[in-house]
Amino acid sequence: MKHLLSVTDLDAAEATALLDTADRLKQALLGREVRKLPTLRGRTVITMFYEDSTRTRVSFEIAGKWMSADTINVSARGSSVSKGESLRDTSLTLSSMGADCVVVRHPASGAAHRIAAWTDRDRAVTGIHTSVVNAGDGTHEHPTQALLDAATLRERLGGIAGRRVGIVGDVLHSRVARSNVFLLATLGAEVVLIAPPTLLPVGVEEWPCRVSAELDAELPALDAVMMLRVQAERMHGAFFPSSREYAIRYGLSPERAALLPDHAIVMHPGPMIRGMEIAPSVADAPSSAILGQVRNGVHVRMAVLYHLLAGASS
Amino acid sequence: MTDDRRGGPADAAGQVTPARELLSAADVTRTIARMAHQIIERVADRETGSLAHAVLIGIPTRGTILARRLGAAIAEFSGTEVPVGSIDATLYRDDLRRGPARALAVTDVPEGGLDDLLVVLVDDVLMSGRTVRAALDALSEHGRPRAVQLAVLVDRGHRELPIRADYVGKNVPTARDEQILVKFTEIDGVDGVALARTTGGAG
Repeated sequence: MKHLLSVTDLDAAEATALLDTADRLKQALLGREVRKLPTLRGRTVITMFYEDSTRTRVSFEIAGKWMSADTINVSARGSSVSKGESLRDTSLTLSSMGADCVVVRHPASGAAHRIAAWTDRDRAVTGIHTSVVNAGDGTHEHPTQALLDAATLRERLGGIAGRRVGIVGDVLHSRVARSNVFLLATLGAEVVLIAPPTLLPVGVEEWPCRVSAELDAELPALDAVMMLRVQAERMHGAFFPSSREYAIRYGLSPERAALLPDHAIVMHPGPMIRGMEIAPSVADAPSSAILGQVRNGVHVRMAVLYHLLAGASS
Repeated sequence: MTDDRRGGPADAAGQVTPARELLSAADVTRTIARMAHQIIERVADRETGSLAHAVLIGIPTRGTILARRLGAAIAEFSGTEVPVGSIDATLYRDDLRRGPARALAVTDVPEGGLDDLLVVLVDDVLMSGRTVRAALDALSEHGRPRAVQLAVLVDRGHRELPIRADYVGKNVPTARDEQILVKFTEIDGVDGVALARTTGGAG
């Protein structure tokens, strides 16, 4: 594996290998006072975030540090980006400095692909092999989120193949939904997208999933339900009449959560807007896997860094 | 143990000649029984005969199986169950950069850690000693054992580090281009140890 740009680059065996590595890393650190592995000593991981993030940036940094890589964070604010430097020049600068891995989040879909193509080309000039990890590009993909969701499903449900997973809400603006649909389908799950028609992307009928507008009708047959945040910052228009109406029709209230089977789990990629897409009591209930998702995020990102950086450069 | 460490570049290139048997299934059983007796003799407390302070830790994959077999034999001969675990040394290896990323194996250290216990580290084949070195580093992250001893089914020589085994099932002088093939019923369907020579390989 050279870059991690899209879950569609992973086949079932590769995705499962990543999840297995994450499990083993979790085991290797279990019950230890010192959570530090020497595996990536001397490797440099730079996180480059052009959008705000808590979970993803911090968990990549922890993942790198627990494996002894040197991790450096660059955010658009406070870097030369604010002086007008192009993405092209910023990425060339970082790989010339010796970054073994650049983790990038960018508001433009396809940004990680562009950077990966540039670092491959620049390798002749810089002599440095830089791996690129897509940590969210616009409304396109967020592969490590889908991987940590898969890890959580496997952990809580005992498997992924044959399970039915509902993804509810703002699918249109959600890179999390897109990555999850493709990864979970690769791993054999049945995915149902549940959203108002205005919040579904064009071409969704080509995706390997079913689409429904009726949340209450779908809930009793789901093994897991993934609530998406309504991404107000990406909405330039009226996609639904009011927040209140959205919460009533698509929010996971306690009454609605009671429709789920007993074994089913509730997931949310975060950040949550309590009271909008999910009720506070549902988010904190035992059936909620939300904090488990966050914990698995660190191990999954360690696994990704391990697969990209531990072996010989390809 | 991962295949490469048993020596020889057979995985990369070359043909493996038909293997010469070193230990039959019955020999494997006898050898494990003898090693179990030796471990009991050296590890048991001199006054009480207790094995309560001992733990067997195997290096995956076949080291873990051997550790389980030794544990069962020790329980049979001494009447005491000795905890058995496994430790994956992959994350501590010094040759990770020399090949594609390796798959990780199971780490299962008995709860409560290894502080003040006598750890018997178990592997199937001892060659360079580099895997054992990595396993010692991994062990030290799980506590400070009273002592660590090493048990191997086959010692084939070619040490590259100052490491030796405390319990050896069989010493086998080998050439570098030979391979030791250890098989256990649990994963290979049959017990046995064989020696194979690789020809036409790059090494």
